[in-house]
Amino acid sequence: MLDHKKDRKAWLYLAIPLFLLSVFTFYPLLKTVLISLFSQYNSLTDSFGGYFDLEAYFVIFKDPLFINSLKNTLLLVFVSVPISTVLALMIAVALNSIKALKRTLQTVFFLPYVTNTLAIGMVFSVMFSHPLVGGVVSEGLINSLFGLSIDWVGVTATANHWMFVVFIYTIWSALPFKILVFLSGLQSISKQYYDAAKVDAASRRRVLTHITIPLLSPTISYILITSFIGSFKAYESVLAVAGSVGRALDRNRWTAVAYVYDKIGLSGLDSNYVSYYSRGAAAAVVLFLIILVFTFINLYVSKKSVHY
Amino acid sequence: MRNYKFHADYHENQQMADQRTSQFFGKAGTYLFLGIMAIIVIIPFYWMLNVSFQSSNEVLNSMNVSLFPKVFSPQNYVNVFFYESAAQGNISFQRYLLNTGIVAVFSTLGGTIFSILVAFALARLNFKGREAIFAILLATMMIPGEMMVISNYITVSRLGWVNDPGVGSYLAMIIPFLVSIFHVYLLRQTFKQIPNELYYAAKVDGCGDFKYLWKVMVPMAKSSVVTIVILKLMGTWNAYIWPDIVANEKFKLVTTWLRSSFVDQAGTGSGRVLTNYQMAATVIVTVPLLLLFIFFRNYIMSGVSRSGVKG
Repeated sequence: MLDHKKDRKAWLYLAIPLFLLSVFTFYPLLKTVLISLFSQYNSLTDSFGGYFDLEAYFVIFKDPLFINSLKNTLLLVFVSVPISTVLALMIAVALNSIKALKRTLQTVFFLPYVTNTLAIGMVFSVMFSHPLVGGVVSEGLINSLFGLSIDWVGVTATANHWMFVVFIYTIWSALPFKILVFLSGLQSISKQYYDAAKVDAASRRRVLTHITIPLLSPTISYILITSFIGSFKAYESVLAVAGSVGRALDRNRWTAVAYVYDKIGLSGLDSNYVSYYSRGAAAAVVLFLIILVFTFINLYVSKKSVHY
Repeated sequence: MRNYKFHADYHENQQMADQRTSQFFGKAGTYLFLGIMAIIVIIPFYWMLNVSFQSSNEVLNSMNVSLFPKVFSPQNYVNVFFYESAAQGNISFQRYLLNTGIVAVFSTLGGTIFSILVAFALARLNFKGREAIFAILLATMMIPGEMMVISNYITVSRLGWVNDPGVGSYLAMIIPFLVSIFHVYLLRQTFKQIPNELYYAAKVDGCGDFKYLWKVMVPMAKSSVVTIVILKLMGTWNAYIWPDIVANEKFKLVTTWLRSSFVDQAGTGSGRVLTNYQMAATVIVTVPLLLLFIFFRNYIMSGVSRSGVKG
């Protein structure tokens, strides 16, 4: 009797939020999987249709646009994550070793975090600008600085060039979070180790490789997992840097997430008799599976090598 | 250790001298490295300000980039504030600002209150299924939001909210993301740290659960609550893709305005993009975030180091 009353009270607190979560989080999760499997899902009538198969998956893996967007995403992940992690670690170690100006520099390095992804992406795009018609306007900052005349992010930019700017922007905006987490990790390492190293007259390099990095390994593995997941979901940064203002992103510059978003609002079937929605849903599921696999690999590797 | 007195002759003790120089160069190198990285971090901010103050003539016709505006033109900001283009349906910045304000207020208020309620139930109340609910929430936290987007769009459009020239557009932007599992998790961890004795003492004094939550727990978990409020506000201010897809033209947010093109409408008639206006717009969008950071630095930093999720 008492138990039931208690239960009912708890559900009063939970009812509305859980209802919202069910409708907009749990239910869509299952539904996305189902849509990807019913290849003739009709988005207008919200009916699944009679075909329960893997057709949507076959179709997206034969779709050059999807392969390309997956390639872009993987490139972005495997270039930007390692570079930004190493750079952030170096900055954090350096910051941790100084006293003067420490707080000021810490604030400076945190600044990119409190910005709008789109806004600063557009600033990068302006810095790397290049006049479409020569001799009308000057080159942007970077071209002028290095005496170049390269179209980095414009309509005629090659994949290498716009990708390069996206790398730089992604690394730039990934630094603050990593530096912050590394710094708090460094501060939790006991001073005793460093004192012992001093007694043994260990060199700075040895201290870094034999004390700091091993003791920081749980933090490093946490950073790697979160940033892998984060950059697999990249879209807005690419749109801001390499998409011309006021227009949709060029299809060759899509990331996997861009491919998913492109299918929203398209009704009907494509030339393979697979609905656009099923293709989008299948892409979302593939992305999720890739993230899942990478998370498990990360966890497995860190279990073996992390020093607790 | 520091008080030991060495009477060392550095001329004779070459090894020690080497160590000192290497230490000095180490320190200098550290500052040099940090200085260069800091400059790289600052450059985009500087460039944004620089271009935002340049005159339209300079942006459109100058043949070399300048590190400072040749003609200092703060008027850009006023022009951008009142800029309306027919291509974008003559919607001014104020309208976008109003939309963002409405969405921010309701999603922050609702989101924070619901997070508090769920976190309280999960941390304090005993009921059947509590552990199961918590486990489900934890598992869902790992799943990327892109998995839900497709189905949510269908749900929202079947509710008639998509492209609705009225409250529907607001609802479509607010409701699906109202309850954030991460915020629930953050608060629950904080609530868990509040000792049980307080709860029982309050019970003895005849304080009900609800009153206890608002009079004791929320004030005690104030810093976590403030962190959530700030993260929610920043999230709304930065939201772009979903609002841009679902909302009616007149109901979109400042980010959409940011990506709209500011085109030269003057007599030159060339219709070229005014980069200085664009950069003034990015400054207008960036400054509130920086202000928020200045005033709530510690809340933001603590929230960030626990979350790992941007926006």
